[in-house]
Amino acid sequence: MSELSAVKETISSILDRYDRDKSNLIAILQDVQAEYNYLPREAIAEVSQALDIPLSQVFSVATFFRAFSLKPRGRHSVHVCLGTACHVRGAASILQQMEKEMNVCCGDTTEDKKFTLEGVNCVGACALGPVVVVDGEYIGHVSVNKVKPLLENYD
Amino acid sequence: MVTFKIDGKEIKAKEGQTVLDAATENNIEIPTLCVNESVLPYGACRLCMVDVTKGKRKRTVTSCAYEVAEGIEVDTKSEKVIKIRRMVIELLLARCPESEEIRQMAEKLGVTTTRFKPDEDGDACILCALCTRACREVVGKSAISLINRGTEREAALPFYDEADDCIACGSCVYICPTGAIKMEDKAGTRTISWPNCSQEFKLKACSACGFYFAPEKQLEFMAAESGVELEKLEICMSCRP
Ligand code: SF4
Ligand code: FES
Ligand code: FES
Repeated sequence: MSELSAVKETISSILDRYDRDKSNLIAILQDVQAEYNYLPREAIAEVSQALDIPLSQVFSVATFFRAFSLKPRGRHSVHVCLGTACHVRGAASILQQMEKEMNVCCGDTTEDKKFTLEGVNCVGACALGPVVVVDGEYIGHVSVNKVKPLLENYD
Repeated sequence: MVTFKIDGKEIKAKEGQTVLDAATENNIEIPTLCVNESVLPYGACRLCMVDVTKGKRKRTVTSCAYEVAEGIEVDTKSEKVIKIRRMVIELLLARCPESEEIRQMAEKLGVTTTRFKPDEDGDACILCALCTRACREVVGKSAISLINRGTEREAALPFYDEADDCIACGSCVYICPTGAIKMEDKAGTRTISWPNCSQEFKLKACSACGFYFAPEKQLEFMAAESGVELEKLEICMSCRP
């Protein structure tokens, strides 16, 4: 099966889950993102066509929400909290250490597609600060020295 | 018909009419940047703010998107409203310092300088969405949209390069209040440049005189929409019988 028809098929089964209803666009894109770890261009085009929503409008939604990514993401998502409470406890140097360890800038994905590094503003666990969230799991009281061993837990 | 007061004067307006339209009909001028009669109200620029008192409640609203109602009192020139407009235009002056249109509007509102740091990107877009609305509501294409969010927000083609839906009609160019979208016809090619993307389109040469008079895609679109044969549309205005 060609890559494009594979995309078509995947999208089609996602659309079926939502009765091919335009008003479910965001939920549909969320499922596409879950499937591919990002929103591939062909997938966005396919959603637009199948739902009969102009491509520009699907693109507008896809670029509006931070939860969506147009670039392939890593297998693990690392969110360093940069909110006020974490900031005063040194979040900036944690992020810096992360960037150094992974050799990427905040917002980017490592060459080997292992990690995507991002900053967030307060994840609501200020008492645990500095907080890092890896694949949805909250890790509190992170220090610069703990960054390397922490990342070694993932493959 | 509803009766209400605007700047102390009692006027009548059609139900469903906006405060802005009613004001204009009564020669009361309210500044606007994101209004155009061809598209629906949108309320993006916030320049048309007015005070509306309804019963005991006073609110500041966008007159372009606020419907008239029986008994309301509208103040188009209150101190607060003037202050808001000046702030808005000051921000816009910093956003697009090179725009003549914005400078003129600012002057009209008594603003000549801005306390904010001017943008240096040379981009005159004020995100009023007139272009995307015209393309969607008037042309029926929706080839462009506002993308991203926050400081990254901009009008663009999908993926910045996908112009499949664009028929190169130029409606977005004509409606833009600040000249942020550019269009050039040269040697059989039309180039349209939105703030961060640009596309070239082939123009059609008139089958009689050979003058490049319209984009091929626009003619094809017109033929499909109207049912008129394409060949009949491929003759420029001056050569049409
Ligand atoms: S030129 Fe293209 S983007 Fe602009 S209004 Fe026409 S179809 Fe829409
Ligand atoms: S600031 Fe980091 S969790 Fe609140
Ligand atoms: S004219 Fe009303 S918000 Fe722009």
